[in-house]
Formats: sequence, C-alpha cells, structure tokens
Amino acid sequence: MDIPHEKLVQMYELMLKIRHFESRVRDLFAAGEMPGFVHLYLGEEAVAAGACAALEAEDTITSTHRGHGHIIAKGGEMKRMMAELYGKATGYNKGKGGSMHIAAPSLGILGANGIVGAGLPIATGAGLSAKLRKTGRVALCFFGDGASNQGTFHESINIASALDLPVVYVCENNMYGVGTRQCDVRNVEDIADRAVGYGIPGLAVDGNDVIAVYEACREAVDRARDGLGPTLIECKTYRWQCHFEGEPDTYRSPEEVAAWREREPIAPYRSKLIEQGVLTEDEADAIETDVVQTLDEAVEFARQSPLPEPETALQDLWA
Amino acid sequence: MTKLTYAQAISDALAEEMRRDSNVVLWGLDVGPYGGAFAATVGLYDEFGPERVIDMPISEAGYTGAGVGAAATGLRPVVELQFSDWITIASDMLVNQAAKMRYMFGGDIAVPMVLRAPVGGYQSAAAQHSQSFESFFSFVPGLKVVLPSTPYDVKGLLKSAIRDDNPVIFFEHKELYETEGEVPEEEYTIPLGEADVKRQGSDVTLVAYAYMVPMSLRAADRLADEGIDVEVVDLRTVDPLDEETVLASLRKTHRLVIVQEVWRKCSVSSEIAAIAAEKALYYLDAPIVRVTSKDVPSPFSPVLEAFVLPNEERIVAAVKRVVS
Repeated sequence: MDIPHEKLVQMYELMLKIRHFESRVRDLFAAGEMPGFVHLYLGEEAVAAGACAALEAEDTITSTHRGHGHIIAKGGEMKRMMAELYGKATGYNKGKGGSMHIAAPSLGILGANGIVGAGLPIATGAGLSAKLRKTGRVALCFFGDGASNQGTFHESINIASALDLPVVYVCENNMYGVGTRQCDVRNVEDIADRAVGYGIPGLAVDGNDVIAVYEACREAVDRARDGLGPTLIECKTYRWQCHFEGEPDTYRSPEEVAAWREREPIAPYRSKLIEQGVLTEDEADAIETDVVQTLDEAVEFARQSPLPEPETALQDLWA
Repeated sequence: MTKLTYAQAISDALAEEMRRDSNVVLWGLDVGPYGGAFAATVGLYDEFGPERVIDMPISEAGYTGAGVGAAATGLRPVVELQFSDWITIASDMLVNQAAKMRYMFGGDIAVPMVLRAPVGGYQSAAAQHSQSFESFFSFVPGLKVVLPSTPYDVKGLLKSAIRDDNPVIFFEHKELYETEGEVPEEEYTIPLGEADVKRQGSDVTLVAYAYMVPMSLRAADRLADEGIDVEVVDLRTVDPLDEETVLASLRKTHRLVIVQEVWRKCSVSSEIAAIAAEKALYYLDAPIVRVTSKDVPSPFSPVLEAFVLPNEERIVAAVKRVVS
C-alpha cells in the first residue's frame, strides 16, 4: 500500500502524543494530582494511531476503559482531556465523566466506556445509522481481548454481518483481562478466527506495527464504506502498565514485560521514517518537542481550570 | 373518533411518526412481515420496507445497544422487545449506556430512542413471561418510563415518546392489546409526565396505571353502587411522575389506595406512598393502603396466579378499609 508521507508523519505524531500523554498521566496520578483511577495505554500506541489514521474526520469510534489513546488519535485535544482527568469544568465532559468516559461527539467519539464489551452494540448502531441515513460514515469499534468473550461481541458482529453494516471491529489483544491471562480462558489462538463464524473477513496483525494496523484498517474501512460489511481485526499488542495505575503486577513475569517493552512501537517507526527519507532527525525531534510543549500547556490548563460548581451535578441529565 | 384496539393504536402511532420523520426506524424480533408477536407492527413492513422495519436476531443486548448507538448518531429508533422479561438481557444497554450517556458526557449528546416491550400477567405465562419492570427502571435517573392504559393514551404517548430526545421505556400491557377505545382521527399527542384522572370522585383517591386502570374503574363502579365515590388517577407515566395530580386528588379525598400489578418492595407504589407521606400527610384521614402482587415470581397455574395478583375484589376491599 502506498501511504502518503503526510499520513506516515501523522501516525508518528499521534503515537508520540499518546506516549507522552500517558507517561505524564502516570506521573501526575502517582503524585496524587488526579482523583479516581486510570487505565493507561502505554505500549499500545500503534493500534489507536494506525486505526484512526485510516478514518475520516466524520467517521465514528467507540472506545474502552483504556481509552485515552483512542481519543487522542481521533482528534481529542489533550488540554480538554487532561482537564477531564482532573475533574475540572473545562474537561470534555465538564468533570462528569473522567478517564473512563471521555466523549466528544463532534469529533465522532461516542465515548470511552467503563463496561467491557458495551461499545460493540453502540458502534453497530452507529453503523446501522450511517447505512440507513446514507451518510457514508464508518464506525470503528475498539475493544479488548476480554470483551471478545462477552455476548455483545458475538451479537454485534452477527448483526453487522447479517445487515452488511459499515463497522470495523478492532480488537486490541493485550493478552490480559485485568489479571487473567486470556489464553487460559479462551481456546483459540487468534480472536480473529472468530470472524469465520460470522462470515466476515478476520485478520490478526502485529499491533505494535503501526503500518500493519493502518493497512488492515484502511482496507476494512474502504470495504465498509463500499457497502461490503464489517471486518474483524485483531491487533496483538501488550500493555506495559498494570490494568490500572497502582495495581501490583503479581500476574506477569518481569521477563515478559521487558520483552514487550523491547518491541515498543515508536522508536523503530521513527528510524524507519528517517531511513526512508520521510523525516530528518531534526524534523522528528521537532515534532516531539511540539508534542511535549502542547502537553505541558495541557497540564497547566488542567491545573488552572476551575472546578465545576457543585450544583452542576444536577444538570445535563435530560435533553 | 374511531374505534381502535390498543395494538392498532400503537401501529397507527408508529406509522404516523415514520411518515413524519424518516429518521424513525423500527427493529426487533418478528416486527417485519410477521407483524409483531402482539400484532402491534402489522402493516408497517409493507408500507416502509425492510430498510425501516428491521427483523433482528434474538440478541436483546445487541439490538438494544444498536438502538443506543443509532440514537446517538441521528436516528430515532423504536426498538421492540418481544416480552419485557427479556429486558434484563438488554439492561446494561439501558442502565449503563442509554441512561448515562448524556449526563456522563456532560450534556454533549442525546439518545432519542424508544424501547417498547409487552408487560404483565393474568395469562398463565409463568415467571419469565409475566413481569413488568417499571419499578426497576424508574429507579434509574435518565430513563423515562411510560405505561399507557387505553388506546387513546397509548397512541398519544407513543408519539410523544418517539419525539422525545431522551431514552424512553414504553411498556404495553399484554391484556390491553385487544381492548378497544375511541381514538380521534386527527393527529394528537399526550405529553409524558401528565397523569389523567380517569374517574372523578370525592371519597377515595385510587392511583393506578396500565392494566390496573380498567380493573380499578370496574371496582369503582361496584363501589359507587354502595355509595362510595372513588377517584381513579391513571399515572400513565411513572417517570417523570405527575406528583401534583396525585396530591391534588388526595387533598380533595383525604384517602389513598395505590393499585399496582407488580411486586410491593421498593416499587412505584412505595414511591407514591412516600410522596404522600412527605407532602400530604396531614391531609390523610386514614393510613395509605396498597394493593399489589405478592412478592413471589408469577406462578403458572391459574389458581396460583390469581392468588398472587391484584383483582377487583381486593381493590374493593382496600377501598372499604380506608373509608371505614
């Protein structure tokens, strides 16, 4: 697939944004600056970046409890995300959602979701809506290996397949559902194989290779937009952090974590872009410097933003 | 005026709203050529075709959730569950998704979806085909819950539910589908959240909804023969609840009987009793009496079901207790 340089650079920048955002959230959360709890996307950056780079601005996504990466990749502003994590009035959800529920309908983001597997029917409905309203939009659904064992996974893909809906189901297989090794609770190697049962294409790709993710998603998005129905894409990846920040890592060996950190997605991609002449070292550095600066501003924005007025807790229930 | 059954009034309301707004679409199990298990979607497939009247697989969570996603992206889906008992399978999509999305996202989205589902007992349908979960869902902030009792009400309320920008759970009683009533030929709607005084009276306020309304009206006729003048308030919508109509009636009659088909604990009747106690205690001349199902699953055998569910005799006895 011939990928325009602009797209290659966009994916690099998106991955860097996610990496720096999540690293900063890790530190700020540890420092006690944020309430609640957070699930970080470190190590999985290539999935969100590659998948969202294959979408148009008007396309929709559904996200998960580990959603920061998806929101950034779909165009979410770091400052409004950070403000939401701080519970501030200037956050995407005015402090009513927090880490697990960031949404931005104007960007096609139908929300991160605290219920594992709940995004699948919602994305399916967005696909049905696009088809019936003939908007030409595609719905892309991010979900994890854990969600692939929920009934909603099977029900949704069956419905989308039966009705030829423009939906791309992107499974982020990071091998663990909270603390349970998923291969112990699933008897197939590739989740992508489940596509056979619904008569749709299914493919497993290296989720740490942003080009592989992009190409698979691009093909699936084109197929969906052409009215040929849904695709299931399994991206094999790994989360560096535990399920949530502060959780003791009692269920993964240090060797396994180290091996996956070794296979991290960004540095090799940067080298490849420089090697292929897409970017110079200086240009690559400049992109990173800009990302860090925007992030610094986002943190400052979040810190300086006002808390919501308590009475606003009673608003926004009804349309 | 024309005479329609409750089921015909539903299909008329659906057809009118589908003609009015191309974003109104209908899906569920057997809603297409089959016409719905209770014949409430007869004729719609022929008029609107498979694009807008969609038969779904038996995947309650899947297609209810698709309603949420479709509503959040521009459609106004009307999703039909074949029996409301199966709403438990779809309840995450209602409780954690539809009810929460707008609030949780800071008011940045609307979920204009209607979930229609047949409810109720008196059919020897046993424990998994006789329930009604209005107490359950009116507990959850963010969902409206409607239970019409007549063809006139069901049509006007369904049209309002479809036009509402919030998720609405619309419970239709199975014993009512074939009942007939007068329905105007010209268009009308009934606002959600307005109770209706179905019978004026001065001695006792009888609050009911759904199938308990015709039963209460029959009981009221019998009581009238004995000189007791009963006012029957049909809630029509249990969330939002029209407290004012209930309290106004209570301030007039000073006596309150609440009739509800479903279980007693933590229910709509508990809520009405609490509101009366909080806001009108000193108007009450007698303790509040509730007529409800006994707190067991619906049994199969007619003799057992009749023992568990409310009936006219129990309503009559309850009214006599508060006036004695």
